[in-house]
Amino acid sequence: MIQQIAFLIISILAIGLATKQFLKIRRNVLLGKEEEIGGDSGRRWRNVFLVAFGQSKMFKRWIPAIFHFFIYAAFVITQIELIEIFIDGLTGIHRFFWPTLGGFYTFVISFIEILSVLAFVATVIFLIRRNIIKTPRFEKPEMKGWPKQDANIILYLEIFLIVFIFLMNSADMASHNNEYGFAISQYLSPIWSGASESTLHLMERIGWWGHVMVVFAFLNYLPISKHLHILLAFPNTYYARQNSRGEMENMPEIMNEVKSMMGLTEGGEEAMMDMDAELPEFGAKDIFDLSWKNILDAYSCTECGRCTSVCPANITGKKLSPRKILMDIRDRATEVGVKLDSGNLDYVREDLKAEAKKLTKDNFDDGKNLFDFISKEELHACTTCNACVEACPVLINPLDPILKMRRYEILTLSEGPSEWLPMFNAIENSGAVWSMPVERDHWRKELEE
Amino acid sequence: MKVPTMAELAAEGRSPEILFWVGCAGSFDSRAQKVTIAFCKILNAVGMDYAILGNEESCTGDPARRAGNEFIFQMSALQNIEVLNGYEIKKIVTACPHCFNTIKNEYPALGGNYEVIHHTQLLQELIDQGRIKMKEGGAFEGKKITYHDSCYLGRINGVYEAPRKVLEALDNELVEMKRCRTKGLCCGAGGAQMFKEDEPGDKRINIERVEEALDTKAEIIAANCPFCITMMQDGVKGKDKQEDVMVYDLAELIVNNNGL
Repeated sequence: MIQQIAFLIISILAIGLATKQFLKIRRNVLLGKEEEIGGDSGRRWRNVFLVAFGQSKMFKRWIPAIFHFFIYAAFVITQIELIEIFIDGLTGIHRFFWPTLGGFYTFVISFIEILSVLAFVATVIFLIRRNIIKTPRFEKPEMKGWPKQDANIILYLEIFLIVFIFLMNSADMASHNNEYGFAISQYLSPIWSGASESTLHLMERIGWWGHVMVVFAFLNYLPISKHLHILLAFPNTYYARQNSRGEMENMPEIMNEVKSMMGLTEGGEEAMMDMDAELPEFGAKDIFDLSWKNILDAYSCTECGRCTSVCPANITGKKLSPRKILMDIRDRATEVGVKLDSGNLDYVREDLKAEAKKLTKDNFDDGKNLFDFISKEELHACTTCNACVEACPVLINPLDPILKMRRYEILTLSEGPSEWLPMFNAIENSGAVWSMPVERDHWRKELEE
Repeated sequence: MKVPTMAELAAEGRSPEILFWVGCAGSFDSRAQKVTIAFCKILNAVGMDYAILGNEESCTGDPARRAGNEFIFQMSALQNIEVLNGYEIKKIVTACPHCFNTIKNEYPALGGNYEVIHHTQLLQELIDQGRIKMKEGGAFEGKKITYHDSCYLGRINGVYEAPRKVLEALDNELVEMKRCRTKGLCCGAGGAQMFKEDEPGDKRINIERVEEALDTKAEIIAANCPFCITMMQDGVKGKDKQEDVMVYDLAELIVNNNGL
């Protein structure tokens, strides 16, 4: 009875706390601008099933994909066992489904056990890959410190999850003369030979509680970890942009302004910008100017670095790393979220300070923005080649925020690489990327001579 | 050789089947001009009913937009769309994947809707229809050739096969680079990089790419983009291999084969 009450209290606390954190992430994502999610919902679901459930893009690199699949499959299938763990925990019944399911129960748990062994092997290999082999993409500057630790913590937690499961099942098997017939733990149970019934019971309980506690720890760790991708991969693939990759988002406000300048507007349509109003800002200076999908992308990133490892700028030693762009957006969104939660009126925009009673995202200004995280040098190095977009296993688009920040730099700050100015001027004045002393079709005239 | 303009045809009350969009590089860059001329030779040889815009053509605005300068992009793009819609253009072919991408994918939102194809797609079509006949034992027969996927034709618009089919028809030995098709490595020119110096780093992107092309031991690097051609050629020079390895557009390879 004490165990049941303890389980109930711990569950409520763990799930409640986690929910609170997940809601904060939702709030942080929605700090971004609205972005209409158009396109075909059939294709969206296809993406969710193929790319998120089916891991199809992971298999562009099949060795890590296979090991990742072991962990993923074990995670998904173990959720079935988790249902029983909850029922057992709340009712105090031991193995709730065993009496009714019998042989099928043995099959399901055996399946979970086999996957758990594969996941264990994969986890060990991943630990080796990160800490001994040191795969280059895990050693980039943005991976130093917390990101590296984060990745290892997750892997260790996975090891604990698996060890506790086998501790529980093997001790349980030993105390029940192997009657459950689980595929793996029947070979582990002999290690308990000679142990007293009370020791076996204690071991089973340690295994059970240990597993439950790690599950709850994981649940609460997810929101502060890159591991959040296990949940966000699904909405992120669903909401992935469906337009052609080659289409940069149009800016209707500028299009209409240019149309009216060129006298292309129809029938007195008032497209002129209100010149009395504050000068409009274009592009993205901070997370508030990105779309919510850009921020969802950032929280969905698990820092695998496939984008960075194919980025031509990064390969040739430039500062740009698409993965870092996403990590920066996420870290900035989290920072803003924490400050908003503080309610500290010091973070109210200077000109609104006098009248502000409450800190909101609309009056927020902590004197920082995304450019404090992402340097112009990084933005300037991008060739827009879309290799990062192609590489991402969960359909994140690292290019979109880069281009939005370039727009801010050029359109709002009127800055940017000075070498671009002659190109801009040439297009504006002579309709070509270079200012040329000859006519556009002079090559044709030479042909005719 | 005569290359008609839309204005000339319009004066005769005619409108061609297809517009050849030449682009800035194809018009002004001396290397890319050769590709433009080669492509016109092919169009003339097959009797294609085509025209160019001539001086009525402007930059599509691609590099300005990708640099972040939406104003310049909109000005140039809207002006082009005025001209194109004025001539009631339905179908466009271009030898530049950047122009191809912008007109195909970005002009619709601005009111410009056309069927746009890249010249490698048209070349493949012409070969399939038997309108371009390859000569047996052409200059490239049996030669090792490698193909560089431009980002804007390949990864961004999914055109991988048409250029390769053209190369197959040339009867040479196509050797792929390690990074090809969806994994093709950029030449380093896109996103307005063409118009600025590289950011600080260990290496130029075109050198990285050319090293990969040289690893294939190919004598010819085939490309489909004027900016890639510039970058690859500079890279080949940088590796001091300009005597051994040539960089060609697919249209040039056909012209060479046919002796047009």
